Amino acid sequence: MENLLEIKNLSIEYVTDDGINKAVNNLNLKIREGETLGFVGETGAGKTTTALGIMRLVPNPPGKIVGGEIYFEGKDLLKKEEKNLREIRGNKISMIFQDPMTSLNPIITVGKQVEEVIKLHEELSKDELRNKAEKMLDTVGIRKERFDDYPHQFSGGMKQRVVIAMALACNPKLIIADEPTTALDVTIQAQVLELMKELKIKFNTSMLLITHDLGVVAETCDYVSIMYAGSSLEYGDVEKIYNNPLHPYTIGLFNSIPSLDEDKEKLDVIPGTPPDPSNLPTGCRFHPRCSHCMEICQKSLPKSIEVENGHFVSCFLYDKKMKEGK
Amino acid sequence: MENVLMEVKHLKKYFNTKKGMLHAVDDISFQVMRGETLGLVGESGCGKSTTGRTIIRLHEPTSGEIIYDGEDIVKYSKKQMKNMRKKMQIVFQDPYSSLNPRLSVYDSIADSLYVNKDVVPKNKIGEQVRHTMELVGLEKRLINSFPHELDGGRRQRVGIARALVLKPEFIVLDEPVSALDVSIQSQILNLLDELQEELGLTYIAHNLSVVKHISDRIAVMYLGNIVELTDYKNIFTDPLHPYTQALLSAIPIPKVGLERERIVLEGDVPSPIDPGPGCVFYGRCRNRKDICKEVKPKFEEKKSGHYVACHFVK
Amino acid sequence: MEESKFIDKDKKYEKKGKSQLKGVWTRLKKDKLALIGLVILIILILMAIFANFIAPYEYDTQNLKNTFQSPSLKHLFGTDEFGRDIFSRIVYGSRISLQVGVIAVGIAVVIGGFLGAVAGYYSGKIDNVIMRIMDVLLSIPQMLLAISIVAALGNSLINLMVAVGVSSIPQYARIVRASVISIKNQEFVESARAIGSSDLRIIFKHVIPNCLAPVIVQATLGIGLAILTAAGLSFIGLGIKPPTPEWGAMLSGSRTYIRDYTYMTLFPGIAIVITIFAFNVLGDGLRDALDPKLKQ
Repeated sequence: MENLLEIKNLSIEYVTDDGINKAVNNLNLKIREGETLGFVGETGAGKTTTALGIMRLVPNPPGKIVGGEIYFEGKDLLKKEEKNLREIRGNKISMIFQDPMTSLNPIITVGKQVEEVIKLHEELSKDELRNKAEKMLDTVGIRKERFDDYPHQFSGGMKQRVVIAMALACNPKLIIADEPTTALDVTIQAQVLELMKELKIKFNTSMLLITHDLGVVAETCDYVSIMYAGSSLEYGDVEKIYNNPLHPYTIGLFNSIPSLDEDKEKLDVIPGTPPDPSNLPTGCRFHPRCSHCMEICQKSLPKSIEVENGHFVSCFLYDKKMKEGK
Repeated sequence: MENVLMEVKHLKKYFNTKKGMLHAVDDISFQVMRGETLGLVGESGCGKSTTGRTIIRLHEPTSGEIIYDGEDIVKYSKKQMKNMRKKMQIVFQDPYSSLNPRLSVYDSIADSLYVNKDVVPKNKIGEQVRHTMELVGLEKRLINSFPHELDGGRRQRVGIARALVLKPEFIVLDEPVSALDVSIQSQILNLLDELQEELGLTYIAHNLSVVKHISDRIAVMYLGNIVELTDYKNIFTDPLHPYTQALLSAIPIPKVGLERERIVLEGDVPSPIDPGPGCVFYGRCRNRKDICKEVKPKFEEKKSGHYVACHFVK
Repeated sequence: MEESKFIDKDKKYEKKGKSQLKGVWTRLKKDKLALIGLVILIILILMAIFANFIAPYEYDTQNLKNTFQSPSLKHLFGTDEFGRDIFSRIVYGSRISLQVGVIAVGIAVVIGGFLGAVAGYYSGKIDNVIMRIMDVLLSIPQMLLAISIVAALGNSLINLMVAVGVSSIPQYARIVRASVISIKNQEFVESARAIGSSDLRIIFKHVIPNCLAPVIVQATLGIGLAILTAAGLSFIGLGIKPPTPEWGAMLSGSRTYIRDYTYMTLFPGIAIVITIFAFNVLGDGLRDALDPKLKQ
């Protein structure tokens, strides 16, 4: 199956007063049709920047895409003109932002906001427009009586549903969801996640789900990419990664989460703190915090190696082993 | 009974708003033993943060008793309360707004000692500050740094140091790790675990799995009421209240291939303003019956050490 | 965790923290216009301090044989109707203008700031009472208010400063009150209460220092405005007694001669303009330099 989205060697920088912020560094990723890719990482890992980069929404200045290609349906988005991009945004690729409180315009009714998305990409009569918007709201569980209500009359979870309705309104091929449930309470998060799973199946949309919550990934994603300092450290289908995490960072992440069913005396800790993007370590970005750090890790960047079918890691531990094995 | 450090009886905290009376905390009772950690969990609007602040009288209770070490501190005068403050401290959720941006690490921590002059003599303040910094794992070289130069984890350590420097007996921790990155959360949790051995901590959080890690007992709150209270193992192995069950099933678990029957609650959390007479969970409970609408269930001990507020739990 | 071998030994390793002030200065340096304003201001201050050395003549030395002299090498800015050297009067005038500006704004900031802080911190009735009084003051045009105060108290430099200061109080009360309201709900203020700090301590140690940014910006712009107001008052003959070389009074005194001896109005006018300009661009620069830090 051809890839719906394929990113090759993407690098994005921010120029700030304190130096150059290397947010995304030689990132590679791919998403197929109907597939959900989880993008996991902590603050500063470059997840949101990547999402904005795909939509070509990185604020410029101070941000700049300094290299790489982003192929969507076979064509490089980075080479497209702004007006072509506008046709794609909201239409073929939509985005759901993290904070539903600020994603909606407070002075426009929710119905009109959904209509606006449709209006931009389709030629419809006034009635058809309203009908389609009502249907969309209904799909996300918002009754059509609430069409003329304003965002402040809805709770956080409901607002997020409106945002989802807007994202799905034109039946996009790809949805980029940036921490869509982080700001919501657990029980509301459960509702929204169930909804997203249903819709994913119904519309066969691909999704890039950005989150720091490994539980959410386990529930909703087919594949997962672990991000750190702007690049992917490990990638594979969810089952392989969760049952057999390979990269020391991934293993550290899994071990540092308190779990509901196990009783642990002390949580394993990843020492140190995530790196400063304007002052990245040489060699492997994770090496200062890695308990398996070797000399080569401080000097060179590890390449991405396929350790088992479809399971990739960027770590010298696996490179060496393979060499020793030979 | 000397083991009970704090006993809260029928605590209420109401806020008068334009739309009506907001029942933030609506008649709750619980105990915290010396040296134990009580976890308060619940979602937004359940009243856990208000509870945490009210029991140390950062908010004035509307009614009820707060009995600390045998004495009702609600009745204390301002002067008596000031004296009490040394024993009960609070650590906040947001490491970004809980530190005064104009004060260095040293100043933030030492401030407590200047306000409470009798904890440590003036010439020993510097020593006490350094000692506390070490206790929480803050590097010495950061002593003159300002909050904006520190990352979230370190700022939170300053917040904890500031609470500890007065040598308190009781600390309220209001979601102390939710604003931190996952890899740093575990560092702080381990720290809290170690510190717990000497102090009686009340820990408030809304992330259940985090609370489980350091709590001895857990209380589940919903709309200003405690609906279930039991030890940490029981909450997970034997949740009795329908809300607790729904809450647990809603948490995404980082494991693949689990077959889970998920209880998805309908609707939203209702408003805490002028709630009706019956059970607060009535609107979203899948087991609800008519009696639940009229009569508020009593919060009582159903099994040993396991309290629930529900008509249908025996 | 590190072992406790560190108690006294490594005090010397303790870094000097980079306070926010240093960050502000770095940003300010980048604003060229603001720097120009700062330089002008420094020149003005130096001029005021060393007026005795810079001015070739006394400001009140009359020379009735030398009246209405055009600018020349002997009298850089010419002489006025009493033969006084205008350049010297401008130089001495800088003392007056700066004094008026700083003291007037000082009065406004201290009194207005305190009232605003109390109103913001305590809310409720106190807030209402204080702010309604401020509203009354605000409803009177500032110039008129200043005029009435000077008219009531009498003509003198001090009364001029008081008048301008008092008429500016409401602005600062408002700014400080707004800042205080947004800060008092921050957790570090709650924390200060939790350790038992008194309200007064909280206001002075925690709240007010964090309100300074907007006040500083307003004050810088305000000094310019105060100087202008004082000039306006002197222009209509209030506040300054001759022969005090206040720039506005100089402007006023030369009104009748504007056609024949333009230089007499030109130089005091330019002095006022340059001073206001300097304060304004500095104020703008400070606002930009302070704001992003606030967001952090």
